[in-house]
Amino acid sequence: MTTDPHDPGAAHGLKTTLVVGLEIHVELATASKMWTAAPNVAHPDHFDAEPNTLLSPVAVGLPGTLPVMNKAAVEMSVKVGLALNCSIAKRSKWDRKSYYYPDLPKNYQISQYDIPLCYDGGFEIPLSNDEEPEHKHINIIRAHLEEDAGKLLHELPGGGFSDGSLVDLNRAGTPLLEIVTAPDFRTADEAVTFCNMLRDICRHLGVTEGIMQRGHMRFEPNINVIIENKAGETFKTPIVEVKNLNSFRAVHGAIIHEHTRQVEAWMVDGRVMGGGEKSTRGWDDAKEVTTLQREKEDAHDYRYFPDPDLVEVVVDEAWLEEQRAALPELPAAKRKRYIDDLHLKPIDADTLLAEPANAAYFDAVIDAGADSKRTGAFLLNTAMKRANEHNTTLDRLGATPQQTAGLVAMLANDKISSSAAEPLFGYCCESDETPEKLAEHHGLIQVSDDGALDAWVDEVIANPKLAQAVEDVKAGKGKAIGALVGAVMKLSKGQANPKAVSAKINEKLSG
Amino acid sequence: MSNQAQPISEDDVRHVAKLARLTLNDEQVHHFTDQLGAVLGYIAQLGELDVEGVEPLAHPLDLVNVLREDVAQPGADRDAMLANAPDRQDAFFKVPKVLGDGGGA
Repeated sequence: MTTDPHDPGAAHGLKTTLVVGLEIHVELATASKMWTAAPNVAHPDHFDAEPNTLLSPVAVGLPGTLPVMNKAAVEMSVKVGLALNCSIAKRSKWDRKSYYYPDLPKNYQISQYDIPLCYDGGFEIPLSNDEEPEHKHINIIRAHLEEDAGKLLHELPGGGFSDGSLVDLNRAGTPLLEIVTAPDFRTADEAVTFCNMLRDICRHLGVTEGIMQRGHMRFEPNINVIIENKAGETFKTPIVEVKNLNSFRAVHGAIIHEHTRQVEAWMVDGRVMGGGEKSTRGWDDAKEVTTLQREKEDAHDYRYFPDPDLVEVVVDEAWLEEQRAALPELPAAKRKRYIDDLHLKPIDADTLLAEPANAAYFDAVIDAGADSKRTGAFLLNTAMKRANEHNTTLDRLGATPQQTAGLVAMLANDKISSSAAEPLFGYCCESDETPEKLAEHHGLIQVSDDGALDAWVDEVIANPKLAQAVEDVKAGKGKAIGALVGAVMKLSKGQANPKAVSAKINEKLSG
Repeated sequence: MSNQAQPISEDDVRHVAKLARLTLNDEQVHHFTDQLGAVLGYIAQLGELDVEGVEPLAHPLDLVNVLREDVAQPGADRDAMLANAPDRQDAFFKVPKVLGDGGGA
């Protein structure tokens, strides 16, 4: 047996294998809640709603109220299921998961117990950042739809004292998709790669804003370790579930920490999996350790039963096909197309894909007829700078894809210089006029016309202050031409075509 | 009803009461064990039927896909919502102090 020095068992002469499965909660960005028309806090229109202003009698669980299913939440879930290569249940149903907690107004959560909407899927993750990485298939066991709970505060916002706990039910009833993977991850990096890809897929599908700080995606790894001793005997440590992680960093840290902690714990107590519930731990972001969570012995007695208030969901072929047809191009396919067909550099493709709205804008500019490489370069160098300054995405800057395509074409045809692209884009963002008209109006058209160039170049060559540069160029010192081109650009207020100017100067001075 | 036929034990009743956050005294436990036992015994008659080959039923209604279009209505008046609660503080429902971040969602 050879041991890997990075293996936390190595110091004890053990070989260990990490085993991780993930449960991921995704808040769907529907306009209204799962069971009632009250606004959904996971929708951008309601992100910063005041506490308890997104309520309805159903949302607070008043007696006698009845839930009505949100069609969009079902459709978004079906889309995610299809994108994750899942089968979609023809019939699924709703079950009550009973537990008492003040953030859960009905005292039960409506969920799907034995018949999830989506099941048996998965996708390939790359195992490195190499150009041609090895891949690994991660199985997805199920993805079911349920509702989120409210939020519990232990002091007033801003730190004011409360002698009780405070409940904000804005989040109660937000549609929540719970995705469960098989225990297929063997490293923390694999798990984080999967989480990243899942977030990208969901954001490109437009089913969630995916803002981690707002809790739009929460991750719960189930972790244990297979330990092999020198005699070749193997032991499995008890499974630990780490609750409610809301950053990739926390997912990574919690898995790494559990790997070491479980090996150390096994060295001390020799406890192995089997019998008893898995234990639940939380993640301490500051100390970077997991901590045992206090748990009631009956916490998992949820007494699921079919919800009599809700009828079944039947996804027939026609509805399924409608959802399939509405699927947008997924990030992996888009990336491949950007690199293979549109000749973008992988890093540029990734920059555009990081924000679905930016990728969609790029696609729209290409659709408007622009050259892909030039468009990529312009968007990433110039337009993205403006988007970052305005803290927004390319589509919200005010320039239509047609305007941008026109601008890129003007660059390609040397009608404007690259230094004119930035101000011209700015004008496009603030006006509906075509970039051609705007360039003319603001004097940004590049002049390659012989007569005009002749006049400018002659004036510069005749300038006594530049006599030395003129002599240097004549003497074959190529670098000296920069000063002369610069002077012509200044004289022409940036309108001269620098390439044509350079050629013109050489022509006149070599003659 | 003899003890042997009792479909639910006093321990079951105590457990269920605890899950439902109910405090029952011994007399009440005894009373509800009989009462729930009677209900369960009544329902158990269904077990006499031969359901071989019958598909499980998720809902007695013959309806499926009762769906609502995703259109948000304004949230209800906050004060009206909070007025139904036993206690409030500022904009919040107020409950006895609890520890931890959440139940199980």
